[in-house]
Amino acid sequence: MNINIIANVSRRGFLQGVVASGVFVLSARFVPEPLWAAEGEAAAPGIEPSLWMSIASDGTVTIVAHRSEMGCGSRTALPLVVADELDADWAKVKIDQAIGDPKYGDQDTDGSHSVRSYFDQMRQVGAAGRAMLISAAAAQWNVPPKDCATEPHLVVHKASGRKLGYGDLAAAAAKQPVPKKEDLQFKSKFEWSYIGKETNALFDLPDMVTGKAVFGMDATMPGMVYASIEHPPVLGQKIKSYDDKAALKVPGVRKTLTIDTVTPPHLFKPLGGVAVIGDNTWATFKGRKALKVEWDSSPNSSYNSDAFRKTLESTSRQPGKVVRNVGDVDAAFAKGGKIIEAEYYTPHLAHASMEPPVAVAEYRDGKVVAWAPTQNPQAVQDTVAAALGIKKEDVTCHVPLLGGGFGRKSKPDQVAEAAVLSKQLGKPVKVVWTREDDIRFDYFHSVAAMYMKAAVGANGKPTAWLQRTVYPPIGSTFNADAKYADDEMGLGWNNLPFDIPNHRAENGPADYHVRIGWLRSVANIYHAFAIHSFADELAHAAGRDPVQYLLELIGTGRIVDLKPKGDDAEDARLYPLDTARLRRVVEMAAEKSSWGKHPMGKGRGMGIAAHRSFLTYVATVVEVEVDSKGQVHIPNVWTALDAGTVVSPDNVRNQFEGAAVFGTSLALFGEITATNGAIDQSNFHNYQLARMNRAPRHVDVQIVDSDAPPAGVGEPGLPPFAPALYNAVFVATGKRARELPLSKTRLV
Amino acid sequence: MIRFRVNGKEQTFDGDPDMPLLWYLRDVAGLTGTKFGCGMSLCGACTVHHNGQAIRSCSTPMKELSGTEITTIEGIAPIHPVQKAWMEIRVPQCGYCQTGQIMQAIALLKENKHPNDQDIDTAMAGNLCRCGTYQRIRAAIHQAAKELA
Repeated sequence: MNINIIANVSRRGFLQGVVASGVFVLSARFVPEPLWAAEGEAAAPGIEPSLWMSIASDGTVTIVAHRSEMGCGSRTALPLVVADELDADWAKVKIDQAIGDPKYGDQDTDGSHSVRSYFDQMRQVGAAGRAMLISAAAAQWNVPPKDCATEPHLVVHKASGRKLGYGDLAAAAAKQPVPKKEDLQFKSKFEWSYIGKETNALFDLPDMVTGKAVFGMDATMPGMVYASIEHPPVLGQKIKSYDDKAALKVPGVRKTLTIDTVTPPHLFKPLGGVAVIGDNTWATFKGRKALKVEWDSSPNSSYNSDAFRKTLESTSRQPGKVVRNVGDVDAAFAKGGKIIEAEYYTPHLAHASMEPPVAVAEYRDGKVVAWAPTQNPQAVQDTVAAALGIKKEDVTCHVPLLGGGFGRKSKPDQVAEAAVLSKQLGKPVKVVWTREDDIRFDYFHSVAAMYMKAAVGANGKPTAWLQRTVYPPIGSTFNADAKYADDEMGLGWNNLPFDIPNHRAENGPADYHVRIGWLRSVANIYHAFAIHSFADELAHAAGRDPVQYLLELIGTGRIVDLKPKGDDAEDARLYPLDTARLRRVVEMAAEKSSWGKHPMGKGRGMGIAAHRSFLTYVATVVEVEVDSKGQVHIPNVWTALDAGTVVSPDNVRNQFEGAAVFGTSLALFGEITATNGAIDQSNFHNYQLARMNRAPRHVDVQIVDSDAPPAGVGEPGLPPFAPALYNAVFVATGKRARELPLSKTRLV
Repeated sequence: MIRFRVNGKEQTFDGDPDMPLLWYLRDVAGLTGTKFGCGMSLCGACTVHHNGQAIRSCSTPMKELSGTEITTIEGIAPIHPVQKAWMEIRVPQCGYCQTGQIMQAIALLKENKHPNDQDIDTAMAGNLCRCGTYQRIRAAIHQAAKELA
């Protein structure tokens, strides 16, 4: 795929193509909120640089997608919302992917919040456009706008039956005043054409199945060269010496260049190393193999996973920073009675999206143009600008499709590499990471140790629950001194939804030795693993049915007061933690799985976990069969979720089906370890992912019909999966495994 | 000079004979529907047909291609029943691995017109999907088999 083809669908090309023919454009002033200050002014076709939506005279509606598409569906979902309120015919809608630009608001496609954060605004964009089309038609017919309605892509005068197409009205609509926000009229839920409909499919689906879809890996620039970079095996190692004689003899290799080794804080800066420049990707890979590099030592050369685990576990047994306190756990523990303790451990994970990191960038005359599969094109602007000492505004980042992201692609270090090399070479450079680079030099999901302690009353329910978690925090990537978690606490740790009179959640300090980053559902993975394994342990210790016990732990339907601050307070106002919604998904998943009606034990088991993350309530039941060799098979998974209002239900099911597979990968196989600072794993033979023959055979996904505001769908399916699986394995085998992955525990 | 055919067209190659077919397709021929995933035949993203059989182009050097016929996703006349089933069942999430999955599925259905679940699992186990669309892939293969029957 040539860059020129991509450029033709970029916004600049689009504008040049249609402005002359009379076009309606709706500008960025609708989003974000403060920009409403300019309301009431006429939209200015063609000169407003930031567009959300436009209509050409042929009726083509072009909607800007400002969030990245990595497989979660936001590039389709948000334009569907605009199209619905616009009353557009989806077959006449085109999607134009935004470049990185702060005028679009937040573009960091992470945290499962694309629809949550932009649902209302996209409705406003669509409704405003529809109102202006109606006004234009009413003026032409000389009738009051209130006598007009719309059908897909048409304005209709109700009394006379006259109709005008959106394309015919585009030029006149552009001259209508933009309605005030409070005057906008929205469709009712029952009038929605697309929101919540089963027929919604990904906009890019036809291109995806024919190979026409353009991913970051497919972007090219005229005159570009390729680069593959030998990074320091241990974070922070500098080049002692290197010998490129053999590398330069490889056909197609042109030269080598060095990039300075990164210093803390690591941010998204290039790692450093030796870049092999060549005429094609293969030449640079082959050249790298012929390269001889000697590295200095690094403070991180002491990093060994076995020893580090002991440090984390030791810290987890000491009092930590209190992040939530209810009642007095110490007083409750002092009373004696039955005390249950357990420790859980989870290793580093690598994201391993199918498309490794890749970027093409050109530096010319103090400016950079980049094409990169990034979850965060504004971070590309910041990172490239900082790396080259240029202004953010002088970095243009185009965003092709992402071949998976899972959080890795919020960190654009490889784009900075391409830009730095382009400046040195004076031509565009495409940097391609190998799979080995991807796995060894990830921003790793953190390794974590959790300590849990409960005092159990006569009825088997806990009177006190202490939980302590320790891991190198994500903050260490941004502040080398960070030792305690920050935002991670809100990811399933300071918001336990259980009805327990005495509860304390703590966090202990940890050092980092690799770059730490967020991976799909982030800290929820280890937090949910500890909490829901422990809840199941208490249920079995009490001789109780795990589902009934879980419902008792959750307690009656109520709003849990988490005493939130800052952004959390805003979330809590719109999205209170409602245990009635959590109970409901537990009951749904249990019912769909026919919980309690299957014979269990002797190699068969079912387990449950329920976890709220990214404001979505999820309960998952996993069924396992453990064969005579100890291999775990997963015939069935039943998941129930309440994500509030859902735009594309089939896509939501796909996300949760996928979460069960992603969960299988990390529960059965996923483990990244370090020896003397270097990562031991390198490719899919030693960092295994679930394949079709090991993945759950059938995943049933039930979506609660809800009028609540939209919540997340990309990540929340993951956290309950591993504990539900482990709880099932306990039923099947009597073995309680307390560390991820399951391959560390002998089952037979 | 290596002579071979790609999607029915005669091609020649006189570059590094060790270059894997994948990088010829992507960087030289501009056929980017075939994807790079691992470089070690571990993920299947690079699957193409070599004389009608599914192979991993990332591990097939150009020097082995003399006189052979290569078909890539671009050479599959749309819409193949497999692609149609992929769309109807809405298999993809990110989509990156799907062209390799489709090429593998087409090859499977050429050899086995009525694969059962076990056959599909065996044939598709070499194709990773990190988004986790396996359940839909299996359903789409069954559906395409019905249409092809």
